[in-house]
Amino acid sequence: MPSPAQWAGQVLFYAVAAGVTGLFASWPSWSRLPPGQAQITIAFAHGGARKEACRKLTPEEIASLPAHERRPSDCRRERVPLRFELVLDDRPLLARTLPPSGLSRDGPSQLYEKLAVPSGRHTVTVRLADSGRASGFDYESRFELELRPRQNLAIDFEPDRGGFFVR
Amino acid sequence: MRSVRAIVRAGFDRAEASLGRAFPPAWNPLLNLGALGFFFYWIVVGSGIYVYSFFDTGITQAYASIEYMTHEQWYLAGVMRSFHRYASDALVIVAVLHLLREFGRDRYRGVRWFSWVTGMVVLVLVFVAGITGYWLVWDELAQYVAIVTTEWFDALGIFGEPVARNFLAPSTLDSRFFTLMVFIHIAVPLIALVLLWVHLQRVAKPRINPPRGLALGSFVALLVLSLAHPAASRGPANLATVPDEVGLDWFYLAAYPLLETLPAPFTWATALFLAALALAIPWLPPMRMARPARIDLANCNGCSRCFADCPYNAITMVPRSDGAPFAAEARVDPSLCVRCGICAGACPTAIPFRRAHALSPGIDLPDLSIGFLRERVEAEGARLAGRGRVMVFGCGEGVPLEGLASERIGVVRLACSGQLPPSFVDYVLARDLADGVLVTGCAENACHARFGVAWTEARFARSRDPHLRQRVPPERLRTLWAGRLGRGALEAELRAFARSLEALPPVAPPRRVPGPRAPAEVHRA
Ligand code: SF4
Ligand code: SF4
Repeated sequence: MPSPAQWAGQVLFYAVAAGVTGLFASWPSWSRLPPGQAQITIAFAHGGARKEACRKLTPEEIASLPAHERRPSDCRRERVPLRFELVLDDRPLLARTLPPSGLSRDGPSQLYEKLAVPSGRHTVTVRLADSGRASGFDYESRFELELRPRQNLAIDFEPDRGGFFVR
Repeated sequence: MRSVRAIVRAGFDRAEASLGRAFPPAWNPLLNLGALGFFFYWIVVGSGIYVYSFFDTGITQAYASIEYMTHEQWYLAGVMRSFHRYASDALVIVAVLHLLREFGRDRYRGVRWFSWVTGMVVLVLVFVAGITGYWLVWDELAQYVAIVTTEWFDALGIFGEPVARNFLAPSTLDSRFFTLMVFIHIAVPLIALVLLWVHLQRVAKPRINPPRGLALGSFVALLVLSLAHPAASRGPANLATVPDEVGLDWFYLAAYPLLETLPAPFTWATALFLAALALAIPWLPPMRMARPARIDLANCNGCSRCFADCPYNAITMVPRSDGAPFAAEARVDPSLCVRCGICAGACPTAIPFRRAHALSPGIDLPDLSIGFLRERVEAEGARLAGRGRVMVFGCGEGVPLEGLASERIGVVRLACSGQLPPSFVDYVLARDLADGVLVTGCAENACHARFGVAWTEARFARSRDPHLRQRVPPERLRTLWAGRLGRGALEAELRAFARSLEALPPVAPPRRVPGPRAPAEVHRA
């Protein structure tokens, strides 16, 4: 049978063990975003244009193909990379070239980026080139924003909805 | 690697000894880590079932249902929720300590790789279950966990569209993903349980329940913690804001700030490297082991004592193959044998009195045989002189024996204290090789080969075969289970023992004791 001192030692052990468990179960807290900052999350997946335009096959070429593979034109599947730019209050903040995904480079390009910005009024301009052009952009949107501290503003892109939009 | 192990082991030795001052050996938490893991697992499961009965699995309703438990039904569902959280934290703590302790004691290499690897997989599953559990509360912490986790997986670039887009804004939230998390949170612990069963396949009589005193203490501690500091949610998840300072559960989420701030290729490479290292560590470097136990069929009578005593299920009894008039014979599976020699200590044919030229019992360790031990005993005995001579038998894992031998102290090393057939005690005294015998080894309940200490005590107490012979005077036999830190205790014990032996008359010639057997009273230090 343990002595009174041993019982006390056991109680002390359980108290310390429970205290440590309870303490580190929720402390210290953590935040990556500094106080007063807001966040712009820009995330989309979009496929750029095909790298090469489809080429019409000649009748001889079609005839030379096996019967089940005959088709009027030959299309390479590879896509062009996208060019993306985000400008905050006339200050370029993000510029990316987004390669197509997939082993044969025929999948959509992806962007997922979080930017910490000071809260307050901002103008955000986003631009995207998806046609493979060397200069200029195919889409451009400008948003006047009033960001609260810790606000998360999501900018998405869907060509069917006319390009960029705020979620 | 050896020095890392030595440091870890020294830390555990000290901690175990410190706790040993407050806890009896059977209750010492550090000597029951595996059993405590099971205990907390069952508390997590029990409280989880209760909490689930109130939980609404819809992503928008989940938070409210947990708030109801925490605030309206705080006295039961709230306590259960706290149990669920804190017992899972305790589970991770004891699991990691268990792993470190086995590492420090070098019980993860050689034939023990299997337990190490399966244990690692279980640990990963525990983390998966815990992390998905935080997801289900759908509060700000859940939002944080969801976003960091999915961003990390997205970095692999294997999904057509970033999964983290689900958590872009309230309008993109997908409840199917949430349902998947509920499913994982329930399925993974069940898979872990099956793997735990596999994990224990290589040990005989695994201890999966902590002793009652320890279980009660741990339960009360959890209850007090749950009442004093109930688990609570943070504000509801809101994807339109970045969660303010999140109070992380560092037992499960300690890596999250790193995953969030360091480049994903680096964190992925580190994670994969650590995972590969954890799985490969039993072979880094491969353990050079002595040869496994070997059967000498000519001396095996099929009594199955070795089978009953082997702590690692390495022995099976199979039908007789040599035509001898016994039903069975023992067979050793070398891939399971840890070379502890406990089987040889159990074998009725391991008797030093046998006149056989080379003493060969039915089962033996080829590299530390019973015959060799007899030679060592005789050589040490021949060297001792004076009164109060003591023959010390000890293992390499317990009290260090270096430099202990002297004119009055003989030292014979065993693979494990359980390797010593009790007849050796009788032999030492009957042949007047010493005036007393002291058997020492690991601390009680901390035997390196699991049952060496327990079986030795039981054999000496004549409650387990092979019994110590009745004629051995109890005042001439002592045991000391003190572990690596016990050198001082051993020296003190030897001095006291030698003094008491000096006061006894010289060893009497052997005689037969008639009548019924009575349990021996071995002096235990
Ligand atoms: S040496 Fe130990 S592990 Fe191997 S068979 Fe004998 S008792 Fe079992
Ligand atoms: S204890 Fe010895 S005699 Fe008995 S089964 Fe094992 S090897 Fe054979």
